[in-house]
Amino acid sequence: MLKFALGRLLQAIPVLLVVISMTFMLVHSAPGGPFSADKAVPAEVLAALEAQYNLDQPLWRQYVSYLGDVLKGDLGPSFKYPGRSVNELIASGLPTTAELGLYAMLVAVFIGVLAGVTASMRPNTLQDYVPMSAAMIGICMPSFLLGPLLVLIFGIHLEWLPVSGWGQIPGDKILPAITLGTGYAAYIARLSRGGMLEVLSQDYIRTARAKGLPEFVIIGKHALRGGLVPVVAFLGPAFAGLLGGSFVVETIFQIPGLGRFYVQAAFNRDYTMILGSTVFFATLIILFNLLSDMLAIWLNPKLRQQVRGDAE
Amino acid sequence: MALLEVNNLSVHFDTRDGVVVAVDDVSFSVDAGETLAIVGESGSGKSVTCYSLLDLLPKPPARIHGGTARFDGSDLLNCSAERMRQFRGNDIAMIFQDPMTSLNPNLTVGEQLIEPLIHHPIKTKRQTRASAKLRAVELLGEVGIVDPERRFASYPHEFSGGMRQRVMIAMALINEPRLLICDEPTTALDVTIQAQILGLIKQLQRSRDVAVIFISHDLGVVAGIADKIMVMCNGIAMESGTAEDIFYRTQSDYTRRLLDAIPQGAKKTDCRIQPDARLIQASHISTWFNDYSGHKVRTVKAVDDISLDIQRGEILGLVGESGSGKSTLGRSLLQLVPTQTGTVNFDGTDLASLSSRQLVPWRRRMQMIFQDPYASLNPRMTVYQTLAEPLLFHGIANRSNIDAQVQQLMDDVGLARAFIRKYPHEFSGGQRQRIAIGRAIATKPEFIIADEPVSALDVTIQAQILDLIIDLVERHNLTMLFISHDLSVVRSIADRVMVMYHGTIIEQGATESLWRAPQQDYTKNLLGAIPIADPKSERSRAER
Repeated sequence: MLKFALGRLLQAIPVLLVVISMTFMLVHSAPGGPFSADKAVPAEVLAALEAQYNLDQPLWRQYVSYLGDVLKGDLGPSFKYPGRSVNELIASGLPTTAELGLYAMLVAVFIGVLAGVTASMRPNTLQDYVPMSAAMIGICMPSFLLGPLLVLIFGIHLEWLPVSGWGQIPGDKILPAITLGTGYAAYIARLSRGGMLEVLSQDYIRTARAKGLPEFVIIGKHALRGGLVPVVAFLGPAFAGLLGGSFVVETIFQIPGLGRFYVQAAFNRDYTMILGSTVFFATLIILFNLLSDMLAIWLNPKLRQQVRGDAE
Repeated sequence: MALLEVNNLSVHFDTRDGVVVAVDDVSFSVDAGETLAIVGESGSGKSVTCYSLLDLLPKPPARIHGGTARFDGSDLLNCSAERMRQFRGNDIAMIFQDPMTSLNPNLTVGEQLIEPLIHHPIKTKRQTRASAKLRAVELLGEVGIVDPERRFASYPHEFSGGMRQRVMIAMALINEPRLLICDEPTTALDVTIQAQILGLIKQLQRSRDVAVIFISHDLGVVAGIADKIMVMCNGIAMESGTAEDIFYRTQSDYTRRLLDAIPQGAKKTDCRIQPDARLIQASHISTWFNDYSGHKVRTVKAVDDISLDIQRGEILGLVGESGSGKSTLGRSLLQLVPTQTGTVNFDGTDLASLSSRQLVPWRRRMQMIFQDPYASLNPRMTVYQTLAEPLLFHGIANRSNIDAQVQQLMDDVGLARAFIRKYPHEFSGGQRQRIAIGRAIATKPEFIIADEPVSALDVTIQAQILDLIIDLVERHNLTMLFISHDLSVVRSIADRVMVMYHGTIIEQGATESLWRAPQQDYTKNLLGAIPIADPKSERSRAER
């Protein structure tokens, strides 16, 4: 397993290199710069600023020195938040975003798997149609619509839950987590329904029935493990997507997370911040994909033994 | 009173095209300790009959239309789900056809074995994991698993097909059922393994006095095991009686057809070998693979230094058990797998020295028919597309005469021209194999490798396909390597036979002389494992 993981990490290096190069080229080819503002800045001030951040150097030299810094783990200073480095900014926003992402993931997996498995047990009946129609609505509903809707109902109308904030009033984390998790829950529901239907038609499920096993053992022990393989494969990219895609929810609920930095950085032409966040998210996506692949291998006894055999 | 009493059972399937009557007014009974064989072709309703007893059919579309089924006096067809759970596994247990798919690949066999004990529907009979394990290990030993203590923790993929079927049998017996339903338990297995499994079922039945319902498409297989036989066709019980009644005093024409279809005796057509006209001369071929399935990567010598000649017009039979390397040998001859060493001389040219591009014109002259017509045809291509592709690729036909050529091919293999736009799933197994054969002969090859071409088929269909192959070989003057684990099939078609074991040829000779006087013990075992379609001699053989 170690050898497998190391191999995959090695493959990640060229991928990251391409990501960095593409992003570098794109941000530098976009019109404007970090210090262009509505109000004209005196030319000597601008020159001094550009010299301070090495922006007066030729582009290839900036690129090479940036790569060198990234290798050392230094994502550079932020252009828009003077005196703060990109590393600091990411570190300050990450815990909140990670917490939000984790809760959203828990919501998504719990609701999604429950709905999908329920639907798969009686296909093409009401028990299938109701959760699957709900899932379809969940996929179609954007979070900028769902968030305010939930706030209106549960925050303002019923007054059950706080309407915004993060960690200040008890219960203020519930609505953001649900808003962010719903789309993923819906997708997981469809994936687990499909996976379970496939497994439930297998011969070994018939064998389990013929043995006289109770239904909860057949579903919970014999079917779930194979049926949730597609869900497991989806978890990695989904978690990375949750972290990167939390901007809208963070804005609606006034949450001081990473997503807001990311989007603002793009508007501000904060070159290092854009690059830094992109590299960071790309690394996350690669890592989480690797984790979910490893989980999928571990769940399959045959693959598990093969990977183990390779490592020896 | 009989242990199981089924009267006037009818099972219907509600499909989009209307009601399909799968089982029509079938009655039978099984006494304690007795073996009933239900025999019929695919789709005759024999499996549906048995699944309906344990409520294992998907409902809908299945529906019990009428009839009664009583086990030891209690109703099977109208009972609560909770009551049915008590019947399943405890009173009536089942073994299924394909041991590869009938065990859960994600759980250890031990875990699957003890489940019926630790989740017993009757609370007082429930056992702890520890005591259930003792019982399971004991049973594994009884069904012939070596080192059961260690194998308890193995996963299904670590067992061979025959061993998996033994595990299935142990699992079925773990709650000491009084009736064991075996649904084609040996159809997916080699002849030798089939003989072992049949022997095991017989022996366990005798030691436990359990009644058995044995479902099969092959009358030959059940001759030695059945007390009573019921022959089914299209959901109707055509004939039932004792094994002697069915075999010696056959009433229905359908049963007679089933009996006639069992391959028996020597090849009936003439030998067409052209002496001194060698088509294929392979020398010292070796094909090795890396095996990743164990804890360490092993090198498997699937084909280990084999040399062989095939004369023009010859049908050479290649027999051996699963895993002996017969298919790999066939693929090595056609250069479909990379060979380690050796030369394959085809009509004067060494194929092993050619690049894959250089091989293209030779591919036209040698073709292959595969075992499983369900898997070897592209499900998204119509018959027309499947047959036209090789013709166009090799430039044998052009756009203007392709339709006529495809139709000609369909006539050749006995497919109605009206089926030309249909997809593989719309055909039966036998018809699909006809398509596969049509694809193989499309390029007018000289040499065909038939890799277990009838093993996935019912006996009646098998007989038809064998007739077709013999007919085509004669008409198109083909040379053939016929690979099979079924020796009676090989005997009925091959001029010469080679016996393969662990990657090497251990014995070869003209078919009939090999049958009369096999030299190697392995060959003798293979020949001894062939079931005899005759209850009396089969029983006297078992007693010996």
